[in-house]
Amino acid sequence: MPVPCSAKCGKNATLKRPKTGDALCKECFFWAFEMEVHNTIVNAKLFQRGNKVAIAASGGKDSTVLAYVLKLLNERYDYGLDLFLLSVDEGITGYRDDSLQTVKQNKIDYEMPLKILSYEELYGWTMDAIVAQVGRKNNCTFCGVFRRQALDRGAALLGVDCVVTGHNADDIAETVLMNVLRGDIARLQRCTSIITAGADSIMRCKPLKYTYEKEIVMYAYFKRLVYFSTECIFAPNAYRGHARMFLKDLEKIRPSSIMDIIHSGERLSVRDGIKMPERRNCTRCGFVSSQEICKACVLLEGLNRGLPRLGIGKSNKAKLLLAATTEDRGKKKTVDF
Amino acid sequence: MTSGYKDLSITVEFRGGAELLFEKKKNELNLPGDEEWTLRRLLFWIRDNLLKDRPELFLLGDTVRPGILVLVNDEDWELLGQGEYKLKPRDTVLFISTLHGG
Ligand SMILES: [Zn+2]
Ligand SMILES: [Zn+2]
Repeated sequence: MPVPCSAKCGKNATLKRPKTGDALCKECFFWAFEMEVHNTIVNAKLFQRGNKVAIAASGGKDSTVLAYVLKLLNERYDYGLDLFLLSVDEGITGYRDDSLQTVKQNKIDYEMPLKILSYEELYGWTMDAIVAQVGRKNNCTFCGVFRRQALDRGAALLGVDCVVTGHNADDIAETVLMNVLRGDIARLQRCTSIITAGADSIMRCKPLKYTYEKEIVMYAYFKRLVYFSTECIFAPNAYRGHARMFLKDLEKIRPSSIMDIIHSGERLSVRDGIKMPERRNCTRCGFVSSQEICKACVLLEGLNRGLPRLGIGKSNKAKLLLAATTEDRGKKKTVDF
Repeated sequence: MTSGYKDLSITVEFRGGAELLFEKKKNELNLPGDEEWTLRRLLFWIRDNLLKDRPELFLLGDTVRPGILVLVNDEDWELLGQGEYKLKPRDTVLFISTLHGG
């Protein structure tokens, strides 16, 4: 027998919202989903009229839904934003080829300009070439570090005010857990912030911070949005995988777990007198870093010197080596549009 | 029809990365109509007949692994009694993984 929509619109419900347990029809679900993202944007004052905003687009479900919803809200509520798609091509054969195709489709569907930046352009190395050097054990370190900076660099090139990423509530809760498990107090403090910004680097924000992954997938499905879904073909981070499954198991027993963990992360404060790494700018490339020389520059130096393990794990040796070669900085590549 | 039972024809689809666990994304099935088919019975049938390997990525205990959505004719199975739901002819059962790359 059909269940009536909890919003009392008179229609029958199509789905049970994981976040609230409400049974809603499609239209009422769309409305609730969009309103929550809108409220997040307004309450956290993420944007200002006239802002140039780059959407970090991977072709996956989160960024596809983010691009769709931001375009819709920008029109519905007249935010006055100038929206762009920004993609990073890591240079992984058979992985990005398909997902970049999806991003190109987003560009057409959402009528937004797209800029694709490749690791090769930015760093002189594709991920395929890096894996050939370092093997598959540490390649996710490289990929993650390079990707983070690639977005900043791309944003700087595009002259945007803000980069929005598709991080959802599950991602944030998972990161809180990971930082607890690793004892990484500095990241634990930062990881729940909806807006992050380095000294003179561009604002990063997460409009889907309070949006459940399940609802993103349901929204994409019912809106018939096309996205790309495969794991990266290189070994996934097993430790993170466990944290994710643990979270999914908790969510099944009590759906509010995800919001509760985010809330715990937000309320957490570090006692005075605890030494925190300070945030500054890399002396080589100028992007935000907790060290004198940023992780990307250290990893890159290792690759270029044929010492790919440089910068993985304890970095004293890396610092010594780098100190000796800081002269040859300024060789930063410029990227043309 | 020799036994006097009518086979149950349904469609089973996998998306969102769940299709990676199977040969085909879309499967037209004729299930033996000798007894009642609940979604739970279908889950085990899928595990035994369609799943390529790694059943733990699809099933956990007697239900789908957390993070996999189930829809019957575009309706959330949580509104339909989940595993208790009795399949009808021409039902379309859709499994969508939320666990794959974002
Ligand atoms: Zn409704
Ligand atoms: Zn640097």
